Amino acid sequence: MTPLTRTELDGLLDGAARAWLDDALAEAASHAAARTTAGAPPSPPSRIPPWEVRFAAAGRCCSPEHADAVRTLLLHEARADLKTLTRLYRQGAAAERRAVLLSLPRLVDSSAALPLVDDALRTNDTRLLTAALGPYAAAHLDSHSWRQAVLKCLFTGVPLDHVHQLAVRARGDAELARMLTDYAAERTAAGRPVPPDVHRALALAEED
Amino acid sequence: MRIFDPHIHMTSRTTDDYEAMYAAGVRALVEPSFWLGQPRTSPASFFDYFDALLGWEPFRAAQHGIAHHCALALNPKEANDPRCTPVLDALPRYLVKDSVVAVGEIGYDSMTPAEDTALAAQLQLAADHGLPALVHTPHRDKLAGLHRTLDVLRESALPPDRVLLDHLNETTVKPAADSGCWLGFSVYPDTKMDEDRVVAVLKTHGLARTLVNSAADWGRSDPLKTRRVGDAMLAAGFADADVDQVLWRNPVEFYGLSGRLRLDVPPPQTPGDPRGVGGPPLHEGNSILRGGE
Repeated sequence: MTPLTRTELDGLLDGAARAWLDDALAEAASHAAARTTAGAPPSPPSRIPPWEVRFAAAGRCCSPEHADAVRTLLLHEARADLKTLTRLYRQGAAAERRAVLLSLPRLVDSSAALPLVDDALRTNDTRLLTAALGPYAAAHLDSHSWRQAVLKCLFTGVPLDHVHQLAVRARGDAELARMLTDYAAERTAAGRPVPPDVHRALALAEED
Repeated sequence: MRIFDPHIHMTSRTTDDYEAMYAAGVRALVEPSFWLGQPRTSPASFFDYFDALLGWEPFRAAQHGIAHHCALALNPKEANDPRCTPVLDALPRYLVKDSVVAVGEIGYDSMTPAEDTALAAQLQLAADHGLPALVHTPHRDKLAGLHRTLDVLRESALPPDRVLLDHLNETTVKPAADSGCWLGFSVYPDTKMDEDRVVAVLKTHGLARTLVNSAADWGRSDPLKTRRVGDAMLAAGFADADVDQVLWRNPVEFYGLSGRLRLDVPPPQTPGDPRGVGGPPLHEGNSILRGGE
């Protein structure tokens, strides 16, 4: 998923939601600025920073269909670091976890956020699986985990179009080809149809 | 018949229940947090449970065409265990979540000082977060428990028209109605209320501010009791609009006080058979199956 820009979002939101987003982004920017100001007083640990309340409330304030875009914008504006992203993921509802996963390619330039991707890939929640398999996973996930993720998509019915750079990573992957062939055989033995995506991925894996 | 079950513990129920509920007309529900049967021993156990009510369970419900919201709280039974009471300090970060439409279920179990404290603190949390509260009345010593609950409510910042008093029966309905709170009736196979008794109460007290729920959980209970009440109302001469008021519009109005209700879940691919004939159902463009099937 390519995150929407602020301008694109403005064209989609109504007036009240745009005003809410203005305030939310200002709070996120202010939080980012305060963090970099020497001697800025830390928030009391029991108090949730206002921008994080906005992060949680994005679905009801800007509608669920725009929540991914709003939340990823907020994370970017707050310049959320790995520690913050990890906390927001762990304390987040599924939709908030999705936004953290979608933000990883822009906000984390190392493989240090892989535990969040691994967590999402352990779930059977396809909203999280699809968000986890974007450019960040394509760049950083090890081969074994990546193959397991592809297979999990097939098991849970997630279209492989959601796997970023599928063709690049699958090409010439003999182990993936073996797993897909075994999976197809298992489905056939059970009298179940083999999903078309299996053949598609197999063709990619068998390419030189 | 469209049905909103305002109190049901789906974590304890099967996919068969979801299918049967959809077929019976259930399109929305609220799952209040409660005791799991086995006492918890730490706040972390609550947090995993809250996460499930905010993540996995709504996902599972959507798979079956049902909108899932939740009410979160430290339940009165476990409010008595000092190992669990730190949950109260963590609740604010959960109460801001999009699908939380109430604080609940709170109230009394054994009417202890610890329960007094938890009830008052959580009514304040509801007021602070713009949320209504689901307050159950105790199973034992119910009438005295109701009066004690009303005393605490009067001293709280939460007005009665933002409170749903649940598990009411013939002996408690009048003082509950006089309080100005919303009235909840839980219909069980053996205990609490049954459908005919609920219909009798509706005839006497009217339909205003009245909700009916199955409160189905891990015990002997039936997630289709809401539908049974609708059928019993029709058999007793109530109109379709009356049934709709009790089973849909009243719960929508009550939980709508939160400003967070979203009732636009798409239907499953094949109603009553969410996996469908030709493949799994779609949710946000994705199909859902358990890994390994």
